[in-house]
Amino acid sequence: MSAVFWRDLRLAIRAGGGFGLALVFFLIVVTLVPFAVGPETSLLRAIAPGILWIGALLACLLSLDRLFALDRDDGSLDVLATAPIPLEAVVAAKAAAHWVTTGLPLTLAAPALGVLLNLAPNAFGWLTLSLFLGTPALSIIGAFGAALTVGLRRGGLLLSLLVLPLYVPTLIFGAEAARVGAEGLAAGTALALLAAISLAAAAILPFAAAAALRVNLR
Amino acid sequence: MALTVTDLSCSRGGIRVLEGMSFALEPGAALILRGPNGSGKTTLLRTLAGLQPSDAGEVTAEPDAMAYAGHADALKGTLTAEENLRFWAGMFGASDIGPAIEAFDLGSLRHRPVQNLSAGQKRRLGLARLAVTGRPVWLLDEPTVSLDDRAVAQFGGMVRAHLGQGGSAIIATHTDLEIDAETLQLEFYRPKGRAVASDPFEGAFA
Repeated sequence: MSAVFWRDLRLAIRAGGGFGLALVFFLIVVTLVPFAVGPETSLLRAIAPGILWIGALLACLLSLDRLFALDRDDGSLDVLATAPIPLEAVVAAKAAAHWVTTGLPLTLAAPALGVLLNLAPNAFGWLTLSLFLGTPALSIIGAFGAALTVGLRRGGLLLSLLVLPLYVPTLIFGAEAARVGAEGLAAGTALALLAAISLAAAAILPFAAAAALRVNLR
Repeated sequence: MALTVTDLSCSRGGIRVLEGMSFALEPGAALILRGPNGSGKTTLLRTLAGLQPSDAGEVTAEPDAMAYAGHADALKGTLTAEENLRFWAGMFGASDIGPAIEAFDLGSLRHRPVQNLSAGQKRRLGLARLAVTGRPVWLLDEPTVSLDDRAVAQFGGMVRAHLGQGGSAIIATHTDLEIDAETLQLEFYRPKGRAVASDPFEGAFA
């Protein structure tokens, strides 16, 4: 299982692996927003948590269609499916590697980009924590979507449409945590729900994704 | 028996391609599959590997016995030959990739990224993967595509060594690998009568 994880990390870092793509996209979204909505700092402060969360969510989507499609195209998925390690574990390892190469860098970059959006000072910690707890759910739900659409050419479109509604609860509680935190209140409830979504997704979706992969391999 | 197949039927894309197949494979034996394009060679191999379910019949083998090598080589272009092989060795619980590298004369390519290798070199590396899986039954789909004569001979030698150690192999190929093997003509198992597999949706909407 760790072999899959480390291989995916190595592939992401090597040339053309797509590491950094999510980060650059996130940067672009966040830097363009002040140009579009105007330099009014109070307005920016109000929308900053939401923009940061939407930016992170869309950046996460960007690399999802490659998650299983590349392995299918080069035949690796067939061999992984016949390996002694269960396909569920392969899915979990690949989702974890996806999170480390997208969700984690986005989480770490968010405070710096928060400055660009005039994020409230006491929201920085909450925002980072909410992304840290919420982005694993984005990777795992996305892995499920990628498994469903792995057999399709240019499946990215369908993948986005399938996954976006499933992302809504994560987005609501994630942005809520950062927003409540910005007002100086404790955002524990939203964070607990966010963590619950991530844990539930990690517990259930690898099985669903592995089942979808098996059907798509036929 | 390494593998016993009883009355197996399988289909591809909802169309039945093989029906009533029965054969047995002993340890140390090989079976060559022959048949024109579309006769079900790939479908049979994928069914045996457990990548797709059969329509009817039974496949009996030890658990985790099959090593499948399809048309694609299951290699990552940005990793080196050695990294690719090491990954598959780790997945299949093996640690020593030396013999596989030697058997296919890959020593000089060890540290080259796979994307810079020729099609034949990639194929050799893809086949070397079989040796590191440690699995007894090799299921090979057109293994000699893009191999030159020397590599074909090497591959024949590798299969013979595998058989000599009590392994077995089912190979879909049109090349003569100089292996002592029985041949299975897939045309004999072409379904008679209506060739469409029963589709649950068809019944529901009839």
